[in-house]
Amino acid sequence: MSYRVPRYVVPIALLIAAVVAGPFFSPYAPNAQLDIIALRSQPPSLAHPFGTDAMSRDVLSRVLDGGRVSLSLAILSVSLSVVVATLYGAISTMVGGVVDTTMRRLLDVALSIPRLLVLLAICALWGALSFPVLILLIGLTGWFDTARLVTDDLRTLRTQEFSTAAVAQGVRGPRLLWRHLLPHVLPTLVINASFGVANTIALEAGLSFLGLGIQAPQASWGTILHDGAGVEQSAWWLSVFPGLAAIFAVLACNTLGDALRERFASNHVQRLLPVSPSSRTVRP
Amino acid sequence: MLRRALLRMAQGAAVIVAAATIAFLLLHLAPGDPATALGEGLSPELRATIRAQYGLDDSIATQYWRWMQSLLRGDLGWSRAEHRSVAAVLADALPRSLMLMGCALTVSLVGGMLIGAWQGARAGSRADRATSMGLLIIYSIPEFWFAVMLMAVFAHHLRWLPATGITSDMYEYLTPGEQRLDRLRHLILPLTSLSLIGVAVFARYQRLAMQESMTLPFVRTARAKGLSEPAVRREAWRAALLPVISITGVMLPALLTGAVFVERVFSWPGMGYTMLRAIEARDYPVVSAGVIFGSAATALGAALADIARDFADPRVRSA
Repeated sequence: MSYRVPRYVVPIALLIAAVVAGPFFSPYAPNAQLDIIALRSQPPSLAHPFGTDAMSRDVLSRVLDGGRVSLSLAILSVSLSVVVATLYGAISTMVGGVVDTTMRRLLDVALSIPRLLVLLAICALWGALSFPVLILLIGLTGWFDTARLVTDDLRTLRTQEFSTAAVAQGVRGPRLLWRHLLPHVLPTLVINASFGVANTIALEAGLSFLGLGIQAPQASWGTILHDGAGVEQSAWWLSVFPGLAAIFAVLACNTLGDALRERFASNHVQRLLPVSPSSRTVRP
Repeated sequence: MLRRALLRMAQGAAVIVAAATIAFLLLHLAPGDPATALGEGLSPELRATIRAQYGLDDSIATQYWRWMQSLLRGDLGWSRAEHRSVAAVLADALPRSLMLMGCALTVSLVGGMLIGAWQGARAGSRADRATSMGLLIIYSIPEFWFAVMLMAVFAHHLRWLPATGITSDMYEYLTPGEQRLDRLRHLILPLTSLSLIGVAVFARYQRLAMQESMTLPFVRTARAKGLSEPAVRREAWRAALLPVISITGVMLPALLTGAVFVERVFSWPGMGYTMLRAIEARDYPVVSAGVIFGSAATALGAALADIARDFADPRVRSA
């Protein structure tokens, strides 16, 4: 029996390989100032394929190292969002009644508040935020639309025969949720999470580009773009390469999400799950 | 119908109150105050005077109450950085944002619906798959990066178009015709960076909806009736409008705030740019007015989308 690797796995596998293995092969330390006179803002060459920045650091090494930061930030904060959203949806549906209605209305209200503005304000007013705080902040402001999907999904599932049958057999509360309902929500969660990671990579890049997200000297795709802001003419490699890296990462996650949606999602999930632009924060 | 309208209004009010509260907490729990923005060298006495002057010494509850009261009176406050009322600051910025947004939304909608419907009608074909791939790549480009690249190539390298601002320095001295041309030239780059990505977003939705509606029974009936293929597609397209309308409601405010980055890159003095400048200057009243305004716009967008959906689809109307 031969097994064909699905095509959509290729970009995401490449991305993960580059980020996990990259730093081991990266030619220089990401923050090493190699030669502040001779290697300052040098264009791409054989020794430095992505060039060097104004502080004579090797941009390729920084892009590889920054990828770790950008991706782990995105993955961790989206994981946090998914957990919170699932809990919220589960509580809302399982308790039901007035609580359910109120919790849904609260979600509607929360979804109407522009996340990007709030994030910008917090990042700017609180000053330099550490990496864990940034994860918490992005994770805890990004779960509303996932929670809505989970709530809708769970509500539909609860009216289906298998759920009624389980209840009739005496399955209650947490067990009903864990064994009978949540497994059906899993595809929604996974698909939504891969779009979420894509959006968060772009969000981090945008925040750091403004100097508000990840703080220098730590490299991330956004901070390298920040270094390149204003010198696109003289040092285009500072803007082009981290930008392409971010696009590739976002594309890989979006491709994965699209493919998973086509492959695993039932019709009912498809309707619930367009591409969710409400979470597309850097455009929103 | 009336009940739904009332519910919508109550929800809109809740959104505004919530946004106002968040804006208040955000700004008052943050370290630093307007006195901090004046620099480190400020003497403690002067700092205390400034704090007292702005009423920052009162308890949080008192300040919150005062803030809500003035909001109810429609008083958004006084911009300390620009030395004029917040309403005046926003009144300047809003039309510029609306112009950019309106154009971007129109281009994105028209382009996206055309491409998406075209794709959806032949879903699964090679042309559809190739277009989808192209759109997905565009969709994955961060707007601000695209804006930076456009500016570097067309404004700085080729020098075809102006890089920043809304008019040239010499605007006052141009003839009316030249003035219009000047504004247009300044609009092209920001508009392109916003709407190319917008086209990709709308096309993705329109394609999914169109693909689904092409499989509906009434499309088969239309074909069986002997309608020409373009006529069949027109019918199917009408049924595929619904998701696009809903998404427009979501995208409207999203564009409004999402343009923050593009406005920043091109120094386009709209809402986003004003907000960013206010955040940097710790100009609290402008920041909170911006957050409240953005939330109200989002709630309004959702409500408008609801109404538009009612018009477009009789099935929703009765519900």
